[in-house]
Amino acid sequence: MRGATHARWVACAAAAALAATACGGGGDGGGSSGGSAVLSASWTDPQNPLEPANTNEVQGGKVMDMIFRGLKRYDPKTGAAGDMLAEKIDTSDSQNFTITIKDGWTFSNGEKVTAQSFVDAWNYGASLKNNQKNAYFFGYIEGYDKVHPETGTQTADTMSGLKVVDDRTFTVKLIQKFSTFPDTLGYNAFVPLPKAFYDDHAAWLSKPVGNGPYTVESYTKGSEMNLRKWDGYAGTDKARNDGVTLKVYTDNNTAYTDLMAGNLDLVDDVPAQQLKNVGNDLGERYLNTPAGIIQTLAFPYYDENWAKPGMDKVRKGLSRAIDREQITETIFNRTRTPVTDWSSPVLGRDGGYDNKLCGEWCVYDPDAAKKLIAEGGGLPGGSIKITYNADAGSHKLWVDAVCNSINNALGKDNACVGNPVGTFADFRNQASQQKLSGPFRAGWQMDYPLLQNFLQPLYYTNASSNDGKWSNKDFDKLVDEANAEANTAKAISLFQKAEEVVRDNMAAIPLWYQNGSAGWSQRLSNVALNPFSVPVYNEIKVG
Amino acid sequence: MGRYVVRRLLQMIPVFIGATLLIFLMVNVMGDPVAGLCGDRQCDPATAAQLRKEFGLDKPVWQQYLTYMGNVFTGDFGTAFNGQKVTELMSTAFPVTIRLTIVAILFEIVIGITLGVVTGLRRGRPVDTSVLVLTLVVISIPTFVTGLLLQLLLGVEWGWIAPSVSPEAPFDELILPGLVLASVSLAYVTRLTRTSIAENRRSDYVRTAVAKGLPRRRVITKHLLRNSLIPVVTFIGADVGFLMGGAIVTERIFNIHGVGYQLYQGILRQNTQTVVGFVTVLVLVFLVCNLVVDLLYAVLDPRIRYA
Repeated sequence: MRGATHARWVACAAAAALAATACGGGGDGGGSSGGSAVLSASWTDPQNPLEPANTNEVQGGKVMDMIFRGLKRYDPKTGAAGDMLAEKIDTSDSQNFTITIKDGWTFSNGEKVTAQSFVDAWNYGASLKNNQKNAYFFGYIEGYDKVHPETGTQTADTMSGLKVVDDRTFTVKLIQKFSTFPDTLGYNAFVPLPKAFYDDHAAWLSKPVGNGPYTVESYTKGSEMNLRKWDGYAGTDKARNDGVTLKVYTDNNTAYTDLMAGNLDLVDDVPAQQLKNVGNDLGERYLNTPAGIIQTLAFPYYDENWAKPGMDKVRKGLSRAIDREQITETIFNRTRTPVTDWSSPVLGRDGGYDNKLCGEWCVYDPDAAKKLIAEGGGLPGGSIKITYNADAGSHKLWVDAVCNSINNALGKDNACVGNPVGTFADFRNQASQQKLSGPFRAGWQMDYPLLQNFLQPLYYTNASSNDGKWSNKDFDKLVDEANAEANTAKAISLFQKAEEVVRDNMAAIPLWYQNGSAGWSQRLSNVALNPFSVPVYNEIKVG
Repeated sequence: MGRYVVRRLLQMIPVFIGATLLIFLMVNVMGDPVAGLCGDRQCDPATAAQLRKEFGLDKPVWQQYLTYMGNVFTGDFGTAFNGQKVTELMSTAFPVTIRLTIVAILFEIVIGITLGVVTGLRRGRPVDTSVLVLTLVVISIPTFVTGLLLQLLLGVEWGWIAPSVSPEAPFDELILPGLVLASVSLAYVTRLTRTSIAENRRSDYVRTAVAKGLPRRRVITKHLLRNSLIPVVTFIGADVGFLMGGAIVTERIFNIHGVGYQLYQGILRQNTQTVVGFVTVLVLVFLVCNLVVDLLYAVLDPRIRYA
């Protein structure tokens, strides 16, 4: 923006004169607040209490990523899982794992990170009585069904599959072969927890203590979290700045305005309305890269209309009736990328992403669409309703666009209409209780950058996020085989075969990959987004 | 007077119970909030059941309501989904919104009444016409337009103020948001005062006062203004409640973490405890404001008593 520096200077002066808050969290000219290399970033109030196994959305995940390090860490650029606290993870049968952790790691309160820190944390996360929303991550560990039964009360407090051998070693026994299990250990739910977590839980929640590159200096719920670089951090990825101030914004437009005025250094969600101006406003200081998020249209297979034979042709026809290129261009200003498969480009070729897998089925062709739908026996009842939640994001915009595209392709005005639901909770309610009768919006944000994570939770029979209740024996078999395969490359090719089953049945219509976006002030450099579309805070340089 | 106040206070009880029950039922009709807690995936059934039990959602609605009201009378407003006590949310949100409301009301009183008196005394003159046009413009432009425009001009382009309000939200940072919030009401206050003043200026008691040879200043403040303020006071009194509950737009624009924002979040997340808690307090504010307005009537005009 023209004169941004000037504006910031004036704003700082004004703020100082008014004895208001310091500018940009410290700022140049040696403001009153501590270090000079502290950056401020936009944040939204986390939905759940900030605990590793209870944090399932991006906002809380950001903090976890700053104050915790687990056994593995996903490379911010490639998404590959590399060892962090793990010295080695051994297995001979893909089912029993021996994990050795590195020496010399401590929590920021001085406590040593031991094998026990992991085992206790995992048992805590899995235990039903602790209400942890990510508990199912421990579902592969033997004894999970005792500490977290599907109904009734738990009969054990610890999982039998976890055993501490010595200070630095513990063993994990899984209920089934799962060759890529070590690669899942970079997820937040698997981080170690200090004793302080259990001793005084309320105090820990108000000021979390971890073992990552940052420590929490202060946390005012609902408004601000101050994170400072921790000098005692044992990892190699030390913070390159002095700290991060996360500021809660009521609206991402306000955050963007604050960035323009020089009150904020980093915005990691550029509002859709501003995308037209962002080139002028920020120039090179703007980033828009694919994240591990895919949007699809799912179908209710519990509804006879969608389960009867021939319907795969109708779904394929619908897929071909959607002009993905045009919608991502006009509605999303290229912040979405049309799909080529059911995973995400962040996996990379080696990780199983395939830019040809969907092929013609994801290419817009109105004639083919018409023909396919006719061959499949037409739309159930002559028309479809796409259900979505209208309270957030731009769902209404794109659902209407998709419907327009389908209507145009089929030459019928009312072949497709949107069906808005007031709130996200209500939408989830209807989807998870099998109350929908037509296609519905589905989004998947990966938990870890593995092809397995894009397939199994969504399409495996009765899997946790298989809301449409799709079920296919071939698919299930291929996934089981892939999980048992010790050779990673072979496992991935098996997963891709499973993905082909999804394609051939068009279990869900893939739409586009979602990009992560960020904009930052002139003070910052080296800003990047990781595959989860979260800024890599510790790499950011200030000044 | 004392009996009157007691009677009014007693009348509040059924209003209070009815209003909270309505809100409680409305939020409950929206469905199961636990479904939205796990993001785009289904909560595992055991955890969902456990959460429902913890928030008391597994019981019938009437029982939930009774438990809730029982707790409210002991000062326990329940817990929001992020683990914070609702009372804690209130203690951070209400002071901010109260400050914002005070700023807005001050603007209404000071600017609104002054302009109203000035124009009312000079009806038909250029000052009057221009203020009338100006208020019409203010009324017809939606708050979010004024808010965003002023934020962009003063905050970004000219850099006079910070475009967003800090979490502490001190008075000085709330001046612009307060003005934006007050703008529409301010225009109404101006017009109300103007009409009222213009009407009463020709009344007998003003003519008498002038005829007695009282100074002009005394005539205007003691005789004219005091009688003209009754409709204005009614309006401002009711406005306190509206401003506190209806500041959502302004609070969003200026990043103010007040009541409007918390209510908005509560509704999006279908958090019964937050929504009902905040609305309960807002209902109380409305009731108290109404009472105060009625009492002020009596002060302004001794003829209106024990209505």
